[in-house]
Amino acid sequence: MHAHITRFGPLLFIVLAAVLPLAFASGYQLFQLTLVVAYALSVLGLNLVTGYNGQVSLGHGAFYAVGAYVTAIMMDRWDVPYWATLPVSAVVCAVFGFLLGMPALRLGGVYLALTTFALAVAVPQLLKYKLIDGWTGGVQGITIIKPDAPYDLPLTSDQWVYLFSLAVGVLMFALASNLVHGRIGRAMVAIRDQPIAAEAMGIDIARFKTLTFATSAMFTGIGGSLAAIAVQFVSPDSFTVALSVTFFVGMVIGGAASIWGAVFGALFIEFVPNIADHLSKAAPGAIYGVILIAFMFLAPGGIASLLRRWFARLAVK
Amino acid sequence: MDAFLHQLFSGIATGGIYASVALALVMIYQATHHVNFAQGEMAMLSTYVALTLIQAGVPYWIAFVLTVGASMIVGIGIQWLVLRPLEKAPVLASVGVFIGMLLMFNSVAGWIFSYTLKPFPSPFGEGPPMLNGLFSRHELGSTGVTLLVLTAVWAFFRFTRLGLAMRAAAFNPISSRLVGVPVAKMLALGWGLAAGIGAVAGMMVAPVVFLDPNMMAGVLLYAFAGALLGGITNPLGAVVGGLLVGVIENLGGAYVVGTELKLSMALVIIVVVLVVKPSGLFGKTLASRV
Repeated sequence: MHAHITRFGPLLFIVLAAVLPLAFASGYQLFQLTLVVAYALSVLGLNLVTGYNGQVSLGHGAFYAVGAYVTAIMMDRWDVPYWATLPVSAVVCAVFGFLLGMPALRLGGVYLALTTFALAVAVPQLLKYKLIDGWTGGVQGITIIKPDAPYDLPLTSDQWVYLFSLAVGVLMFALASNLVHGRIGRAMVAIRDQPIAAEAMGIDIARFKTLTFATSAMFTGIGGSLAAIAVQFVSPDSFTVALSVTFFVGMVIGGAASIWGAVFGALFIEFVPNIADHLSKAAPGAIYGVILIAFMFLAPGGIASLLRRWFARLAVK
Repeated sequence: MDAFLHQLFSGIATGGIYASVALALVMIYQATHHVNFAQGEMAMLSTYVALTLIQAGVPYWIAFVLTVGASMIVGIGIQWLVLRPLEKAPVLASVGVFIGMLLMFNSVAGWIFSYTLKPFPSPFGEGPPMLNGLFSRHELGSTGVTLLVLTAVWAFFRFTRLGLAMRAAAFNPISSRLVGVPVAKMLALGWGLAAGIGAVAGMMVAPVVFLDPNMMAGVLLYAFAGALLGGITNPLGAVVGGLLVGVIENLGGAYVVGTELKLSMALVIIVVVLVVKPSGLFGKTLASRV
């Protein structure tokens, strides 16, 4: 029974995730679900470096912003088709992550958290910077046009963008899953749990950490690209430090060091603030804070670990 | 030249505030190897408490003392209730809790006191600038207060038994426990001191930047940069680093990058320190025995 769940569970989930929204969701709900996919990829990226590799980043909003801007600039300035911007955005973000990770990851502990936090705070200012506003559009940002479904498929553009994002998301999740369940994933976890032993086993720690960080930046950047296509707009003030903190919250609450955790985390950060907003402007922050601390004490493994426990109990019965 | 000197002194005045927050961060870092991302928000809440007291008619300096005292008690309480149980937990757990507190304090402040900017009184009065117009009265006063606090903290650690015990607890907890130092209580006291120093910094910066729930975000960032620049393992280094960052920020903002990129300078300072001299100006190079 259990083996069947792990084998066919994901497949069933993908089919349901593709079919149900097309049948029942409104345009706005499809837009929300597209953002969930974008967030899930971003949280997954953060999870690779923070959950699996143990290097805390508080600045993944920056890579999300870079991904979004690469897509927006290419679509708006150079008329590149939306799908062709994704590989470019992936490469740019990976290089950016590599360059930032090199100095910040040489020392362990909190140095990466500090550097990435500083980056996250600086992002809106950097995006508004005069010398590049010919590309970025400065404070105004860039407006792009939502792509229509190709080949005269009977789909609205909301439906098409959702399906496209879902396909990209599934592909990237499969990649990440293979990555963490293989040799590289074991090395990442070893560096997190026993750096000295890992080094003694012949793992080049600094190189692995930097490459993991670059990979993680790439995932988050693709998330940003998908979000830009869905929102049809990028501007500096959508990429504040709050965004980076939101990804961090999603990662911890969804489940650190869990592939599925990224999905739960993304659902959480997309839908909970919407609900909490009805209470008061301050409510989302307060709820994030309380839930974050509560999870650290009661379930450090996040929603994923709670579900795992629950499934295990079901299997025993 | 006068304009340059004015920028320089103004940088020293804000640098003093960064130095205080950096010192608070380093005190906690030395003892626990945690960086308190909520340090700024704690200071911001303290400042709101002070404003409430002042608006209720309490004279400024009494409100000042009451606020610092209350902040210290709350700081001790937070360490005892929230951080102590997580002492052995991985980095992610402590960062998670700090970020959680940051979000909570920020929203609580917004909830109770609203998100609008509020003016905060300066105890040093308005008046014309002093010393040939180089210092405004508040800059001079707040620099004095900051230096006083820093000196007091230094004297406390240098000359009192309690200060010695706290240094010992941070330096070598196991041996300290063996000679009878209550290490857990010393950690809590360290948190209390850090919260008190933060409260002073908040009250000194609020007249300049106005009070709102996000007031300390920039200050905290510069304090990070200052702590790293001076060496995160060295309290004196943190103070020097904080002052330097204040001066670099002001001169850089005035002459090099302009005000639009001021916050990005913190990032540049951090990255340059990590590339050129990761241990900071005065920090120890850490060698761990394997």
